[in-house]
Amino acid sequence: MAEDNCQCGESGFKKLAEYIRQFPDKKTALIKVLYEAQHIFGFLSKDVMLFVADKLDVPAAKISGVVSFYSYFTTTPKGRTQIKCCMGTACFVRGAEKIISRFEEKLNIKRGETGADLEYSLDSLRCVGACGLAPVVLVNDQVFGKLEAADVDTILANNQG
Amino acid sequence: MVSLKINGKSVEVPEGSTILDAAGKLGVHIPTLCRFDLHDINLHNQGASCRVCMVEVAGRRNLAPACATPVMEGMDVKTHTPKVINARRVVVELILSNHPKTCLTCPKNTNCELQALAAELSIGNIGFSGKTTQHKIDYSSPAYVRDMNKCVLCRRCETMCTQVQTVNALSGLNRGFTTTVGPAFNMPIAESTCVSCGQCVAICPTAALSEVNNVGKVWDAIRNPDKFVIVQTAPAVRAALGEAFGLPAGVPVTGKMAAALRMFGFDKVYDTDFAADLTIMEEASEFIHRLKHGGRLPILTSCCPGWVKFFEHQFSDMLDVPSTCKSPQQMFGAIAKTWLAKELKVDPAKMVVVSVMPCIAKKYEAGRAEMAPGGVPDVDIVLTTRELAKMIREAGINFAQLDDEGFDDPMGESTGAGVIFGASGGVLEAALRTAYEWITGKTLDKVDFMDLRGMSGIKEATIDVAGTPVSVAVASGLGNARQLLEAIRAGEKQYHVIEVMACPGGCIDGGGQPYHKGHVDVLLKRMEALYTEDKTKVLRKSHENPFIKKLYAEFLGEPHSELAHKLLHTSYVKRPRM
Repeated sequence: MAEDNCQCGESGFKKLAEYIRQFPDKKTALIKVLYEAQHIFGFLSKDVMLFVADKLDVPAAKISGVVSFYSYFTTTPKGRTQIKCCMGTACFVRGAEKIISRFEEKLNIKRGETGADLEYSLDSLRCVGACGLAPVVLVNDQVFGKLEAADVDTILANNQG
Repeated sequence: MVSLKINGKSVEVPEGSTILDAAGKLGVHIPTLCRFDLHDINLHNQGASCRVCMVEVAGRRNLAPACATPVMEGMDVKTHTPKVINARRVVVELILSNHPKTCLTCPKNTNCELQALAAELSIGNIGFSGKTTQHKIDYSSPAYVRDMNKCVLCRRCETMCTQVQTVNALSGLNRGFTTTVGPAFNMPIAESTCVSCGQCVAICPTAALSEVNNVGKVWDAIRNPDKFVIVQTAPAVRAALGEAFGLPAGVPVTGKMAAALRMFGFDKVYDTDFAADLTIMEEASEFIHRLKHGGRLPILTSCCPGWVKFFEHQFSDMLDVPSTCKSPQQMFGAIAKTWLAKELKVDPAKMVVVSVMPCIAKKYEAGRAEMAPGGVPDVDIVLTTRELAKMIREAGINFAQLDDEGFDDPMGESTGAGVIFGASGGVLEAALRTAYEWITGKTLDKVDFMDLRGMSGIKEATIDVAGTPVSVAVASGLGNARQLLEAIRAGEKQYHVIEVMACPGGCIDGGGQPYHKGHVDVLLKRMEALYTEDKTKVLRKSHENPFIKKLYAEFLGEPHSELAHKLLHTSYVKRPRM
């Protein structure tokens, strides 16, 4: 079973199994379950996907297809702080590139990467729907808007506190 | 009915038909690529993903894909306006712009649907260039190669794997430019639930999926003077090989095939049908034993390696249900390297057993650990019908004009029962011919079990065996097998014997056969060829084969003897369902 060789702790799988139990129609619950699984584990490992496949009776190939299709899902561990810079049109023209470059410089990781210490991940995304605040950055679930490159330093300094 | 006009001609088709269906009725040709429809086996791939079949519909702003656009009353369709022709060309050029231009050395050369389409549209110049997809070629399977750089994303393979076979090994993966079709986590296919049935290979329009080519290995073995190289040919091969040389479907080419194999330089030319008769001896005995001693019923046939791996993955709680008999291919090898070697006074270590199969899963089967007792494989090299056709062409043999020759004795002799193994229902029919006589002690006069023949996915019959009704079922296509097995597991259905073949229609539709390109009538003709050959045989019951009798008298003793068990039976492995 998937539980035996997972590093994430058995409690995570128990929690996920509990969550799955509430769905009477297992086959249509896939996206919700994957969403919850990523919430629990931080990312979707092969073991987690096989666990979901088994519990929902959905082929692992299909789960793999869904997970690799949606950019929301990730199969690699992410940092404790996830920084997502909006690169949508409005943010882009208002200097998003400068913001993300500053993050790359300060964190010493490229966009799409996670630091070796698993402290930070840096990603770009397309339009969070807050164009009035452009350029926008999401730090975990918190939104920062109308940023300038110098604000990046403040955000990181505050995050460490 | 809906009436519409195509190129000014009126046509009436049932509601729900597509423009392509209506055009077909008028004999109007619209080129297609991704579309694949095998109505009889319930395969419908019309993802409209390739956009090759675009047509102009009056009043519609953009072009419509003919394969996926339902007809509407009064529709006015044009299939070759300048706009249509240009759009098709652009679409095909775009596909080709991301396709390797290695046609000359491609395994699908002259058999590729994309190549044919490019020729049909006279593509001389590809007006687009840029980045191309870079996928690692997957050589993990002993049965087939996956080169996704040649994939056109038609999804036929995925449709076959999930809808028809329910193997569910394949899925669309990733998105945008990196989109591909592959197993879970894009892992090596050999690690997935794939059973190597090869139905995906059979319908892939390009060489994204192609069988592992063992032709070179066979030539090397034949050229090696230290080796004694023998060949066996499966029943279904003779029913389809002629197609590769322009002979009409359904013309059996048994004699020409034997002649060609002898011309290659094989030391002996034998017939897997002999081993099919042997399989019946063991399988019918096993059935009667289970019947008389309250053993596990139903008994499931185990000739088909795709089916075997399927139940190992999907029904691993029922591993005691299938017969323990090896397949005819493997029985042949096991007997060749023991009894035959002794008969011919050949060192078994120098013997190379080559088999020609309609199937790519046989390549995988030959490599299974259970099939190499003491580390010596029963069968050394497996070719498909297509590879045999390639060898015949390489050798420059004018196949159609060859004179018929026979197989060598003793392992070339077979009964009609062995021949029909190649068609869905044939193994069961052969087993019944023998089991009936053994149980009743009477001669079976009517040897044709018509209810068990034909293309239907599931066939059922009840046979009166001396007052005992024996209920049997036949499934071909793994989706049908799943349906049957699930009903049995749930206790809804009860049978004594079930035959399962992974490929729809049985081995005549195997993944290693000449490409039928969606023509079910070809499959029916191949089936007919086998039943005709059965009918012309004097001996039509496996236990009447004189050389089978000799084999038991001189070597094996009796069915299920200790030696028979050691050589002719196997065991199964529990595999993850995933």
